[in-house]
Amino acid sequence: MRVALFITCLADQFYAEAGVAAVRLLRALGVEVDFPKGQTCCGQPAFNAGHWNEARALAQRTIDIFQEYPYVVLPSGSCASMVKNHYPELLPGDGEALGLSEKVYELSQFLVRVLGVEKLGNGLQGKKVAYHHGCHALRELGVREEPLRLLQNAGAEVLPWEAAEECCGFGGLFSVKLPEVSLAMADRKLSTLPQADVLTSTDAGCLLHLSGRMGKQGKNLRVVPLATLLWEAYAG
Amino acid sequence: MQAKAKLYPKEAARLLREKPGVREAVTGATLHFEEGRKKAYGEIDAEALRERAKRVKDHLLTHLDHYLELAEKRLRENGVQVHWAEDPLDAHRILREVAVRHGVKRAVKAKSMLTEELGVNPLLESLGVEVFETDLGEYLIQLLGEPPSHIVGPAIHLALSDIQRLFHQRFGTPLDAPPEALAAVARKVLRDAFLTAELGISGANFLVAETGTLVLMENEGNIRLSTSLPKVHVAFVGIEKLLPRLADLALFLPLTARAATGQRLSTYVSLIQGPAKEGEEGPEEVHVVLVDHGRTALLHDPEAWEVLRCLRCGACLNACPVFRQTGGHPYGYVYSGPIGAVLDPGLLGLEEAYPLPYASTLCGACYEACPVKIPIPKLLLTWRHRAVERGLAPTWEKGAMRVFQMVMENPALYRLFSKALRGLPLPQHLLPLLRAWTEGRGPLKPSPRPFHELWKELEEEDGR
Ligand code: SF4
Repeated sequence: MRVALFITCLADQFYAEAGVAAVRLLRALGVEVDFPKGQTCCGQPAFNAGHWNEARALAQRTIDIFQEYPYVVLPSGSCASMVKNHYPELLPGDGEALGLSEKVYELSQFLVRVLGVEKLGNGLQGKKVAYHHGCHALRELGVREEPLRLLQNAGAEVLPWEAAEECCGFGGLFSVKLPEVSLAMADRKLSTLPQADVLTSTDAGCLLHLSGRMGKQGKNLRVVPLATLLWEAYAG
Repeated sequence: MQAKAKLYPKEAARLLREKPGVREAVTGATLHFEEGRKKAYGEIDAEALRERAKRVKDHLLTHLDHYLELAEKRLRENGVQVHWAEDPLDAHRILREVAVRHGVKRAVKAKSMLTEELGVNPLLESLGVEVFETDLGEYLIQLLGEPPSHIVGPAIHLALSDIQRLFHQRFGTPLDAPPEALAAVARKVLRDAFLTAELGISGANFLVAETGTLVLMENEGNIRLSTSLPKVHVAFVGIEKLLPRLADLALFLPLTARAATGQRLSTYVSLIQGPAKEGEEGPEEVHVVLVDHGRTALLHDPEAWEVLRCLRCGACLNACPVFRQTGGHPYGYVYSGPIGAVLDPGLLGLEEAYPLPYASTLCGACYEACPVKIPIPKLLLTWRHRAVERGLAPTWEKGAMRVFQMVMENPALYRLFSKALRGLPLPQHLLPLLRAWTEGRGPLKPSPRPFHELWKELEEEDGR
């Protein structure tokens, strides 16, 4: 099986290791991984802020780059949802947009739903994990159980967290258009964080925002993208 | 009500800085409501009922002219005097005429967001009429001279200590008086008002077209008193508040109560079928004012009309993590939170309400909560798109977006940007943005090398 990896701009710049982990993990599961050249950003920041012309140009590009692949896998729930749910809105009547929409998956979703993998290994034995549900993964893609199952089956203890499904306040441009509200939201989320060894999520943006905020508050907790932990689950 | 929606970003920031107690009070109360809603939705097939409610409302809205005519006919048959108000001025004229004709000196008012929209209280006061808000929360904020902070819980932003201080100043109660004692004081004042007012004013949760029945939901009993004790009752009803059939209440009453407060049904439901008949107790005159105020125009908006399904249950406010930080005041208009962010641009015009569609992270919790499935995130995106098309976005944002597109469309530029992020000076016009980020979160820490560079090694790894 051949998949194209869409690493997306934030992960490329800030969580490059997660991309490496995703590649190794997919290969280990017998998947041939391609990283199509020229890929950059899915256009979500522009789309969400209302700048649809800019977003459309980037969507068009992304479609051109990825359309020949049978599957496109992203280590990011919100970018996956952008391609899946919003490209067809942005480019109504565009068959290629619709075509791409049908073959896009967030990584954990791809592992469970397409590959049928439920258990990666025992590499997370005894680890206490706090899982932040990225809003778009959760509510737009319907990815709720997949990451939890993969983490738990690898021995991790996913801690109960009152605010696990609450938005962290990142919201792309929201974080700089309304910085005070965005930070207040992060603070609420973090004030309920359980004692964990590691905090993880599907989305680089949420993690940048939360880890940055924790750093400001002098909290020291390992924060990594889900892809990184899933590779650890496999490789130990 | 005078709209100050333009000030949203500033006001939100100011409130967070100056009144941290508001955030605490609002977060606590909304989480409590939200927990109740989730539990109450869990007891039913919420998905199926929401879908049904949505369909009934869509049917109503797509046949609104028919149902409005039917409602008017039935109301008249029931002895109700029906008026049409295109805008607040019409509403004022109608109300002034009733108040003057009856020589009204005192009015009791049941909680109603529409009357906030129309500015009913200032009008009555200008006529020398003393107005008493009779919902406890609404009464508190009337004493404070504040607008409601939440559609259902107008005083949600107040802590007990705020109310104790207020009552201490107004009524001389001890500063540590328990809530029951405070409620008793308010009850005494309001009881007197109920018994002496000549005019009762209300909104309506629903107006059943088939039977001409006004439907009002509440938990305190003050709405029933406001609408039954004074000899004249005036109800303001937004034209979108109709329901086709009496049987629809079996769906809408419990669904609204579950969404709003997590109750299976509100404590009181009043069905008002016109003035008192011979030998009955109740008002001698009932007036229904059907209010448009921008709703017809919204109905004709092919993308934004879905907001008109709204039941004003407040569930989206309770679910909204953005609303939770500030409550409703910074939004600067009657309707706040997610519904305000998509309704206010429709009612006020996008220019007046511009920042409100941005008061969201698009997390989608509002849509999940909404009993009539209003696609709030989609509507937020629509209003944002329109704002950009109309040139309302600030210059820095337009510039940043153009640069963003340029960089992302050109892999060579993107790689250059990638290098810049790791050491070269950053473009000046992006700096304010950067500062807004780093102030609360510290400096950005890019990976030592971006993934697109690491890929080359991964390719070799595969070859081995
Ligand atoms: S938009 Fe939906 S959830 Fe919000 S107040 Fe209206 S009906 Fe209730």
